[in-house]
Amino acid sequence: MFDIIAQGEGPLFSDPDADKARAFFRQKKRALTNKVMPLKEAVGRFVQDGFYLGIGGFGANRTPVAACHEIVRQKKKNLIFCGHTSTHDYQILAAGESFNRCDIAYIIGLEIRGLSPNARRYSESGKVQFCEWTNYALALRLKAAAMGVSYLPGRNVLGTDTFKRSAAKLGKCPFTGKLYCLFPALWPDISVIHVHEADVYGNARFDGIGVCDLELARASKRLIVTCERLIHNDEIRRAPSRTLIPHFLVDAVCEVPFGAFPGNMVGEYFSDEIHLKQWLESEKEPAGFKAFLDKYVYGVGDFEGYLELCGGIKRINQLRAEERMIDLRAPRGECHA
Amino acid sequence: MPDFNTMELMVVVASRILENGASVGVGTGAPLAASMLAQKINAPDLVIMFEAGGISPVMCRMPISVGDSRSYNKALMASGMCDIMESCQRGMVDYTFLGGAQIDMYGNLNSTVIGNWEKPKARLPGSGGANDFASFCWRILVITPQDPRRFVEKVSFITSPGYLDGPGAREKVGLPEGSGPHKVITNMAILGYDEETKRMRVESIHQGFDFSDVQNNCGFQLMKARQIVETPPPTAQELDLLRREVDPEGYIIGKG
Repeated sequence: MFDIIAQGEGPLFSDPDADKARAFFRQKKRALTNKVMPLKEAVGRFVQDGFYLGIGGFGANRTPVAACHEIVRQKKKNLIFCGHTSTHDYQILAAGESFNRCDIAYIIGLEIRGLSPNARRYSESGKVQFCEWTNYALALRLKAAAMGVSYLPGRNVLGTDTFKRSAAKLGKCPFTGKLYCLFPALWPDISVIHVHEADVYGNARFDGIGVCDLELARASKRLIVTCERLIHNDEIRRAPSRTLIPHFLVDAVCEVPFGAFPGNMVGEYFSDEIHLKQWLESEKEPAGFKAFLDKYVYGVGDFEGYLELCGGIKRINQLRAEERMIDLRAPRGECHA
Repeated sequence: MPDFNTMELMVVVASRILENGASVGVGTGAPLAASMLAQKINAPDLVIMFEAGGISPVMCRMPISVGDSRSYNKALMASGMCDIMESCQRGMVDYTFLGGAQIDMYGNLNSTVIGNWEKPKARLPGSGGANDFASFCWRILVITPQDPRRFVEKVSFITSPGYLDGPGAREKVGLPEGSGPHKVITNMAILGYDEETKRMRVESIHQGFDFSDVQNNCGFQLMKARQIVETPPPTAQELDLLRREVDPEGYIIGKG
């Protein structure tokens, strides 16, 4: 086996033992049963305090924003968050102080939109324990878990402080003698992935890039799928090559139209940059941000309430046009009868 | 000479480095604008890859995120993170194009913390895909303003590997052989690396600046290329495409 040359000092927040994961997956239901339920119920039942949480999508793209709001609204606490390509999701969960441990690949930032002032305050507060990784390192950890093995090697992270603050190990290849970074498998207790379409059993498909969601779905012990729309099982069976997540991975199916708002959902709606800016602006002063959260998250019963506050169908239609690059301001032609 | 701001200058100069037919893993921020401009001028067949999964998009609007739908508009493939990073690890990606808060003389990059890791002065986003790209891609390109707070003797934290502590260091720790930092594009100069020492050197200086300007805005001793040339200034065409087609919303060039 590998000789271990060095190891990171970071904490390992989850158990990489493949047999323990197999024992869990052994008792998971395989039958085709109707798993449709309101998001409130799914989060209430499947997201337990202290769980390791994974969130699908990339940045604010095809991210299950509605589920993140619900986790905050239900005041879930002490979660371990998988900070993999996370932007608006981290921002929301940091606002709720929902997690106190975090595996980091990318946090706090919203790419070119700038940094979230509140997420930064929370991350610098000392209330959160961190371990450093990279996007591909966490992808490999999830891939190992999806494969059912306890680690995978990579040629990244080597030689850096990222390694020192990770929980990876440095090992020698038994074939070539070259050094590899070894990444422990990561089986999240619960993950949420937002998709375009799913049937009532949880067979699910999405359009566009997969990011790391195929691996995340297979690595997760429990999985909530939120979807733009429910489709009939016949639709799934008519085009099985389009199915990306099979039902036996899924514990709950929640129909949440516009569930990635104010993020981007490919083919459906573009990101609402005005509203995302409102988040960043409101965070500058803690008191102002509290009022913002009270209004937009705690003060609404569900995500539909949030959508209404943000302009409802009218705003969504503008974002639809933007996603499809339809120029609504193009001059109208004269009509000659 | 047309008027331009700092960010426009950096993006234009950076865009010229990518040659047609090459492949590049592109990070968020200024690199996005530079690779999109390159695609419109000198490198229409540039194979642009985004860590979230987009391969070879025809970008008609600048992505706001390296994973939004514009990042795979009319793309050849909507793939995923493992496929992209493994293409890099396999040796099929020529360049990566990155930003970064701090850089040292060996091209090591910090985007994790300013100050001490345990109690940082500022917590930053972390690696994202930067460490992966910087480990795997053959040549690392960095865009960053020339500023002594960014060009430092010692970065607070090595997030992504440059030449680490000098010649041979990358290979010694197991990073792929023959990969490493290539150019740094700033608002004053194009910097490269000395072949022997792997230390940063000035290779080309933009109009209106001289070596001492670059050195005075750098926290470590810079080397000089045998011949330092003058960077051709941005042309009217480059600036026009950048402003009108690449970043009309000013997400990147509005910060100049």
